[in-house]
Amino acid sequence: MTAPLPKRIIKETERLQSEPVPGISAQPHDDNARYFDVMVEGPGGSCYEGGIFNLELFLPDDYPMCPPRIRFLTRIYHPNIDRLGRICLDVLKNNWSPALQIRTILLSIQALLGAPNPEDPLNEAVAKQWKENQPEAIRTAREWTKLYAQKK
Amino acid sequence: MDSDDEGGFNSAASSIELDEEMSSSVDFDSDVELDDYQEDETAFEATAKDLAPRRKAYEVEYRVYSPKDIQAQQDDQVAEVANLLEQPPEATAILLRHVRWNKERLIEQYMDAQEELLDKAGLGQDISKNPPRLQVIDGFCCDICCEDTPGLESFAMNCGHRFCVDCYRQYLVQKIKGEGEAARIKCPGDGCNKIIDAKSLDLLVPTELTERYNELLMRTYVDDKENLKWCPAPNCVYAVECGVKKRDLNKIVPSVHCDCKHAFCFGCTLADHQPCPCVLVKKWLKKCEDDSETANWISANTKECPKCHSTIEKNGGCNHMTCRKCKNEFCWMCMGVWSEHGTSWYNCNRFEEKSGSDARDAQAKSRQSLERYLHYYNRYANHEQSAKLDKDIFHKTEKKMTLLQSSSGMSWIEVQFLEAASQALQQCRQTLKWTYAFAYYLARNNQTAIFEDNQKDLEMAVENLSEMFEKSTDQLAGLKVEMMDKTTYCMRRRVILLDDTAKNLKEQTWEFIVDMV
Repeated sequence: MTAPLPKRIIKETERLQSEPVPGISAQPHDDNARYFDVMVEGPGGSCYEGGIFNLELFLPDDYPMCPPRIRFLTRIYHPNIDRLGRICLDVLKNNWSPALQIRTILLSIQALLGAPNPEDPLNEAVAKQWKENQPEAIRTAREWTKLYAQKK
Repeated sequence: MDSDDEGGFNSAASSIELDEEMSSSVDFDSDVELDDYQEDETAFEATAKDLAPRRKAYEVEYRVYSPKDIQAQQDDQVAEVANLLEQPPEATAILLRHVRWNKERLIEQYMDAQEELLDKAGLGQDISKNPPRLQVIDGFCCDICCEDTPGLESFAMNCGHRFCVDCYRQYLVQKIKGEGEAARIKCPGDGCNKIIDAKSLDLLVPTELTERYNELLMRTYVDDKENLKWCPAPNCVYAVECGVKKRDLNKIVPSVHCDCKHAFCFGCTLADHQPCPCVLVKKWLKKCEDDSETANWISANTKECPKCHSTIEKNGGCNHMTCRKCKNEFCWMCMGVWSEHGTSWYNCNRFEEKSGSDARDAQAKSRQSLERYLHYYNRYANHEQSAKLDKDIFHKTEKKMTLLQSSSGMSWIEVQFLEAASQALQQCRQTLKWTYAFAYYLARNNQTAIFEDNQKDLEMAVENLSEMFEKSTDQLAGLKVEMMDKTTYCMRRRVILLDDTAKNLKEQTWEFIVDMV
């Protein structure tokens, strides 16, 4: 039916289970080993602290030559993440290297939560607010985290 | 003919005499003799210049290069700089690409801060010390595919990011084929900026990909060089070199002719648009895109509200109009206010009340600019259309030429005048087309009047020549001389117009109604 899973994906998946990264989990689907349910905790000290964000991650056929596709499922108020949960992150686009892995990418995403970059916005409205009235933006981000990103 | 020859002889003979006269009379040192001498001198210079092809004001210097020439050009520069920097050619090529082929800058930076430059340029492999090679290393596990079979061949540049050959190759294929990348393919290692050199690439990928790689490199080369541009004609492989700078484009229209016969502007790479400068071409095309059809329709089908100037289409109903925007009530026929119409509903038979004529005057004014635009646009479009039709004529001409050869017994060379005429037509129409875009932006003055005279002359010459193509084949043979004369005349008129326009452009004496930015 489908091509056998490349050794690289098998190894990565094994390692994600055996040595999990603190604050991050990635669980492949039983029926599709290229599709992962991802959970990322908001980094401590950030306005997303205490939030638990769900993402979906998919490894395309030409992975690892091409980056994985990742999207936030939980709503989040962040200048580099749009309403559909798409993420603007260099390592997911131009700066992808086949030597990068799922775990490194997820760590980059967690880091992005800790350091929003309104200068390179994906979500214009949020970025504008972030630049013009940062305290207000951070307040909104906290609110959204409480509203949408709590453990169910 | 005879008398002409004689004249030629005479003048030649007289000049010799003059020379003798001069050599014998230099001692006298009179004003007259001196003047004579000087005149002769300039006359001689002029003939010397006439022998060499002289450039017209509208012509620019350029050269056409084939891919082979471009490759050779690159190789030459690489070799030259490699020698100077004492770096291997592969590394030098990376350095040159890094500084966009600015040799002077490269040498300067190399002398100032060699280490920094090498690092910034992403010089990956020190080929002189350790030539790229595939290695088998015990206990190696590829970070990309996680393969660790013993005997696995691997590769790394001097950055030390080692991957198995298959992954390295797959990565390069993806970059070259998938992303069309060549000059800046980095090491696959995360965050590593080292650039793959040609030698390493050769080692890792199949030949057909190396060809593609070189093709892409050539593209970057031409794109990087300000004085080189690809010919925009479909499937054309040539590039053109021209020294005209971007900042001079308001003073000159650099038309170049590629070896594939396509004439284009080196400034904006659109098809040849002499005499109209690039800025105006851009403005004009934008305006036409937005306006032309709409403007035509507006002009034909609408009027403006006399009060707020909203454009109104009357698609039915009576003459009593109420503007939806400003609620002004007026009469569609005379444009006067409706209240003056009294009880004569639905029918305007009043003769010239003041409010009506005022409204019509105002309307006329606002329509005038529209009409002005349409005047130029229609002529521009007409020549564009005619040039297309002329292409059909060209194909018919080819048929006519064979017909003429069989019916009149003319040889192939004797019927070439038809092709020459047809090509002249197309070229002149192309020029004429752009004279209208150019004229649209000209302010009304004496110079413009002269321009329009030139334009009119060329247009008449073109229409005259164009008309001759309608003649039947048996008539054409008899018209050969006339046709050749008219062709020459057309081309001469074109040269006059272009030369005059280009001169004034160079001296920046044209007065435009728009900003040239």
